[in-house]
Amino acid sequence: MTTGQDIQSILDKHPNASRDSLIPILQQVQEVQGYLSREAIVIIGEHLGLPASKIYGVATFYNQFRFQPLGQHHVQVCRGTACHVKGSAKVLESVCRDLKITPGQTTRDGLFSLEVVACIGACGLAPVISIDGEFFAGMTPDKAKKILQSYRRKATENGKDA
Amino acid sequence: MLKDVLCEHCTHDTEKLCPDLIQCLLEGPVCHDDSACRDSFALWREKLSRRKIDRPAVFVGTGTCGLGAGAGKTLAAVKAWIAASGRAVDVVEVGCIGLCVMEPLVEVQLPGRARVMFSQVTEEKVNGLMDAVFAGQIPAGMVEGQHRDAAHIPWEGVRYLDEHPFFGPQTRWVLANCGLIDPGSIEEYVVSGGYKAFAHAIKHITRPELCELVERSGLRGRGGGGFPTGTKWKFALNTAAPQKYLICNADEGDPGAFMDRAVIEGDPHRLVEGMAIAAYAIGASKAYVYIRAEYPLAIKRLIEALAQARSWGLLGDNILDSGFDLEIIIKQGAGAFVCGEETALINSIEGRRGMPRPRPPYPAVRGLFDSPTVINNVETLANVPSLVQNGAEWFNALGTATSKGTKVFALSGKVSRTGLVEVAMGTTLRQIVFDIGGGIPHNKAYKAVQIGGPSGGCIPTQHLDIEIDYESLKTVGAMMGSGGLVVMDQDTCMVDVAKFFMDFIQRESCGKCIPCREGTRRMLEILQRITRGRRNEKEGDALERFRGVMYLNRLAQVIRDTSLCGLGQTAPNPVLSTMRWFRDEYEAHIFERRCPSGVCNELLHFSIDADKCKGCTLCARNCPAEAIVGSKMNPHYIIFEKCIGCGTCLDVCRHDAVLVE
Repeated sequence: MTTGQDIQSILDKHPNASRDSLIPILQQVQEVQGYLSREAIVIIGEHLGLPASKIYGVATFYNQFRFQPLGQHHVQVCRGTACHVKGSAKVLESVCRDLKITPGQTTRDGLFSLEVVACIGACGLAPVISIDGEFFAGMTPDKAKKILQSYRRKATENGKDA
Repeated sequence: MLKDVLCEHCTHDTEKLCPDLIQCLLEGPVCHDDSACRDSFALWREKLSRRKIDRPAVFVGTGTCGLGAGAGKTLAAVKAWIAASGRAVDVVEVGCIGLCVMEPLVEVQLPGRARVMFSQVTEEKVNGLMDAVFAGQIPAGMVEGQHRDAAHIPWEGVRYLDEHPFFGPQTRWVLANCGLIDPGSIEEYVVSGGYKAFAHAIKHITRPELCELVERSGLRGRGGGGFPTGTKWKFALNTAAPQKYLICNADEGDPGAFMDRAVIEGDPHRLVEGMAIAAYAIGASKAYVYIRAEYPLAIKRLIEALAQARSWGLLGDNILDSGFDLEIIIKQGAGAFVCGEETALINSIEGRRGMPRPRPPYPAVRGLFDSPTVINNVETLANVPSLVQNGAEWFNALGTATSKGTKVFALSGKVSRTGLVEVAMGTTLRQIVFDIGGGIPHNKAYKAVQIGGPSGGCIPTQHLDIEIDYESLKTVGAMMGSGGLVVMDQDTCMVDVAKFFMDFIQRESCGKCIPCREGTRRMLEILQRITRGRRNEKEGDALERFRGVMYLNRLAQVIRDTSLCGLGQTAPNPVLSTMRWFRDEYEAHIFERRCPSGVCNELLHFSIDADKCKGCTLCARNCPAEAIVGSKMNPHYIIFEKCIGCGTCLDVCRHDAVLVE
């Protein structure tokens, strides 16, 4: 998989692109790459005729864009109001303690990356965490740890098979 | 589906779309009279509206909240059961009906019988439930209620949903179809009366008349601002320009709000129709939906809905032969709370940093790409189709003097029945929290409701009987906001809540204007100092802490009066409102360094009851600060200076030996 080709194929979908295509392009590149690499930003800049600094300016403004690769499993902890009232702070603490990373980082073995989201919109089930897009409702610090454990177990089993 | 009903006289096909299609489908053939054709139309309508079904149907709620509760597995189990039983059964995936706490919800409709709803149907319960229902019995303890309708035989001993405490007091206009129809089927939407208003409007109502109608109805912006929608449309209509735009704001950034998501997931065509009518009213040939990327399912449903509407000739060029063109484009928001502010949203669509700009000029005069632009919230637009169909007076009849129609609230937090609630304007808060929401669980005491998200405020017990509308909420220092209602009980610390919102706001502040960028940061620091324990204070901190307390109120007012956009202007609200109603809690934190609700970690004092402690060492092993000492089988002791107040010992202790003061 060469990055350049992937990005080029995305850019080909936006011929004669102007400034308003910038965010959709960044979103699609992140979809493919998992994050925005420096090379990608430079290529996009050339395509749109924008300096890379401007693109970084836009990309760093929004929460969605990441500049480091994700872990194998992406853990999102919801910190919306309803989750907060029902104790998501402690859930987040225990996840951080368990993974030994802070939000925005990836574990050293590359297995988990952690992100805090403002609100997933599943307030009726608070507190919520989501791993690779799968929701886990009614979290407690203990439950969250057990779920992370189960993902670890799966990873080691798969490792043995490989 | 559509091809089945058309006879040889019908002119409609995908190449040449019939301009009277919607009217035809709803009222039988219009251009010719043919009894066979009329019957086939009638049968098609009966089938799709499920008034008459010849095979049983099972409905599974697969909105985001349903999937979160395991509806995906339930759906698979239902399908497996059907395959094993060899019956011919339709399985329909519907959106969220609103009772999130009881998800996964499954409804079953047998031919000739009323549709009945079962709650908390997790995958292991599916087989038992299906066996019983298909044998004509209702398993006890799972049934939530049945739909009332005269055409079907009701089930014995099952309450109707309009008698259900959660659904009974509601007036569901915007959510009329949510959870009932298949969001992926344009046919079902049309049969429920969909696109009728749009098809009628573009042919028989002029643009000024339409704006006038919406203005007379008294519909106000449901995004929270409450600006009269018709008036906004008129501004854009009366500004001459070669190109105008309509934008639907679906960037539901408020933590604690999920009504826009539920509407788009459960009834996407209603939004598409509302947008189409609005775009026609202002003369916009291009419309955007700015939707959060965090809502993948809603985006998927919306893409499907747009494609279907296009294939039916309801979007595109020369819609229904009226000469009106409309293209709807989906723009995914990249996650910035400030992008809910209309000028920031416009910048974001243009591919810039989502920063607001001063108004005027208002977007209705100069907005997206410098053209007149109307920006409406999802719920505002979802109100439009039924409003146009039933008239301004119908809409006007419901609500209070200044606020008409209904409002959808996302009810969450410490309340028994969390979910999506749509009530008439003027409903009291007490009705919403205690009748519909079922009150506070675990016999705890009600403390407050936080309404309107980070720009709103808290409503204490003494104002529970307030009739909710735009104006009444302002009198108690809150605001409508987008409609997130978070209930808080005695275990919620109001200073902590204020701190939570301040933390959110200062992270989401775009940084363009100083009062908001620096002021919210400073405010958060002051709140953090208030909730700091003495052991973590260095010299001078205590003085700094008091200085902050003295200036907090004034700082809040300056931020409110001098910020550039709504985010900054309303940022101090959570602090001001908690200070107004819960001054005693602030005082306990400030003067006594005590958190009455036992939430603020640093102010808690943990100790171990030597009589109860069995010396199992569980707490000592789990303590992250190594603040617990003691040997096996002997009582342990917490070293106060080392303790960080995380509460882990309290969580792990099996003997109730940890005391908190």
